[in-house]
Amino acid sequence: MAAEVKPIANTLHTPSEEHEELREQLMFDPRPREELNRMVLDSMTHTTPRYWTAVGVLTVLVLTLLLGMWGYLIFTGIGISGERRPNYWGIFIVTFVFWIGISHAGTFVSAILRVFKAEFRRPFTRAAELMTTFGLAAGALWPLIHLGRVWVFYWMIPYPNARWLWPNFRSPLVWDLLAITTYLLSSTIYLFLPLLPDLAMARDRTTGWRHAIYRALALGWRGTEAEWARLRKAISIFAFAIIPVMFSVHTIVSWDFAMGMVGGWNSTIFGPYFIIGAILSGVSAVITILVVLRATLKNMTYFIRPEHIDALGKLVLVFSMAWAYFFFNDYLVQWYGGHDVVRALLSFHASGPDAWIWYCMLLFNIVIPWLTLWNKKLRRTPWVMLVVTLLINVGMYFERYTIIPLTLGHQRMPFDWGEYSPRFPEISLALGSLCLFMLLYLLASRLIPMVPVWEVREGQEAHLVRKVGKTVVPTVSELD
Amino acid sequence: MAEQIKEQVNERWGMVIDMNLCTGCNACVTACAMENNIPWVGEDDAGYGRGIYWMRIQRYWEGEYPETTPSYQPVMCQQCGHAPCEPVCPVFATVHSEEEQINLQVYNRCIGTRYCANNCPYFARSFNWFDYSYQIPEPLNYYLNPNVTVRRRGVMEKCTFCVQRIHAGQEQAKAQGRAVRDGEVVPACAQACPADAIIFGDLSDPNSRVSQAARSQRSYTLLEALGTEPKVIYLKGEGTYGG
Repeated sequence: MAAEVKPIANTLHTPSEEHEELREQLMFDPRPREELNRMVLDSMTHTTPRYWTAVGVLTVLVLTLLLGMWGYLIFTGIGISGERRPNYWGIFIVTFVFWIGISHAGTFVSAILRVFKAEFRRPFTRAAELMTTFGLAAGALWPLIHLGRVWVFYWMIPYPNARWLWPNFRSPLVWDLLAITTYLLSSTIYLFLPLLPDLAMARDRTTGWRHAIYRALALGWRGTEAEWARLRKAISIFAFAIIPVMFSVHTIVSWDFAMGMVGGWNSTIFGPYFIIGAILSGVSAVITILVVLRATLKNMTYFIRPEHIDALGKLVLVFSMAWAYFFFNDYLVQWYGGHDVVRALLSFHASGPDAWIWYCMLLFNIVIPWLTLWNKKLRRTPWVMLVVTLLINVGMYFERYTIIPLTLGHQRMPFDWGEYSPRFPEISLALGSLCLFMLLYLLASRLIPMVPVWEVREGQEAHLVRKVGKTVVPTVSELD
Repeated sequence: MAEQIKEQVNERWGMVIDMNLCTGCNACVTACAMENNIPWVGEDDAGYGRGIYWMRIQRYWEGEYPETTPSYQPVMCQQCGHAPCEPVCPVFATVHSEEEQINLQVYNRCIGTRYCANNCPYFARSFNWFDYSYQIPEPLNYYLNPNVTVRRRGVMEKCTFCVQRIHAGQEQAKAQGRAVRDGEVVPACAQACPADAIIFGDLSDPNSRVSQAARSQRSYTLLEALGTEPKVIYLKGEGTYGG
């Protein structure tokens, strides 16, 4: 990442491949400021019949598959799922961990790349941050969906009550609740801060209901020096502060398992292992979204270029390797520990009736990325990246599936060994949450400027060499 | 100062199950179901693994077919002194009772995260997947024991060492102004056991029948290495009757 932030002066007189890449990433074919604004606004107001069909279909699916099925679930009981002794957790928790994992990369891509000044992040930070927020929205439903008595879910919240009853702060589930709430709030603020100038931009160029919305959301942004200075300070504070929050959230999700007494779960490496998995699946999801946005949203071919997908593809490759390392480490130490239950469990994963899930996990998370992502040509082919990143996310879903139901079913009491197979209501709910995510994203893509115009322009101006008369003036990036 | 510290007179309830005597007849399971209002979940769900049992007979086959011998072990909540289910509950629905020194489930407080059931190494917990109490046809509902809560759907339940019987025994003793006698409190499973394989009593009294049995050289606890400190102690059988 850092290698790509080299000051342009080094390569100024020897235009190398690296320079070429940076040129594409930063769009050194700048267009006038107003045109950029128009392009982004255009992408928001431009709707096709295909778009409305997608919105309609997704709305129906969310209403039936998710909300309808959830209502039925609340009305009848958790028994309509495929859960049974000993698999008390199934698709519900698998999907929960999956979405929380997805929601990680938004922050990762945006905050970490911002902190490290990785310039290629600029055009797609917004898309990634939105993914965080909506991923959390889809994920935060699951701890509620899976409750036996969801109507009293607020008992997990520390609120003042007549009986002085508090939640059990020793329970990882309470940590989970607090961590996810914190993350949802902070990532929403983190999404909102860099959005302010763009909202103001949209406010000044729209009329009617859009104008009303943007005027309310832009909080009276005028773009004075003082406002910019404060905004930059706030963004940089948040970019630093949200990173430990992000790491803590998935660590705490992993503690739901690691703090347990279940063989195969109480592994000390689960925290970092889950984080790496979350980033792997999340960065892959960012690529998936970028490819889809590029293909469907107007004017996006200018903002999102194969070089961006290429740069993210390298990240995915690195994280796939890191994931493989953590997987191997977790596996080896558990196996070497030699507990009967864990050894039986590991051979059950690899040779039991659901072993295909375990092998698919390794295939999708390791073999396929390693075979494809080393190749620059493939990394720059959007449809290849779409397929690879979707497969990685399927692989990561399988990873959580292996960790949760397949591990629960093979514990210390052989009398209570059991297999788990999801039933239709669970699958419907899981698909419904995917539809919810897509629907929210579709709606947001027409309401929120998907590209942070000011950040893109900042990048373009910071790295372009200015000539005043015949003198070359050093640019911001060189001064940094 | 001295009079403020009340002497601890609480019993430490415990159970000994003699595997030499157990024949795996399931009488304890039936008695437990009757005593504690354990619902029928129906044939399909029971077959699917949703049967609600506070105690069950684990049956294993030993040896290669056709030379197999069955072995049985009744397993219920082990009333761990250091229970894995307790810290994981977010709402204190599964708690350690200081009074009886056992592990209790507060049905009204349970929100159904099922975390406790995952974390129980003995799989002693059962979940109410549906509302079963409404499925009891009319006159049959008179079988329900008025001393035991009828659980609704979405909550976890498990063996309580028949806490209602413990309380009844304590109250009777208190009314007569004496301590609870050994053998006065008998849970349903122990009462029903035809072989008298289940002994229940106060482990803090070294002379009680259960304490004497627990000191046997044959005694062991389930999954001892986990450090859960169970209050159910098994006496190893010689396998004569499959125990």
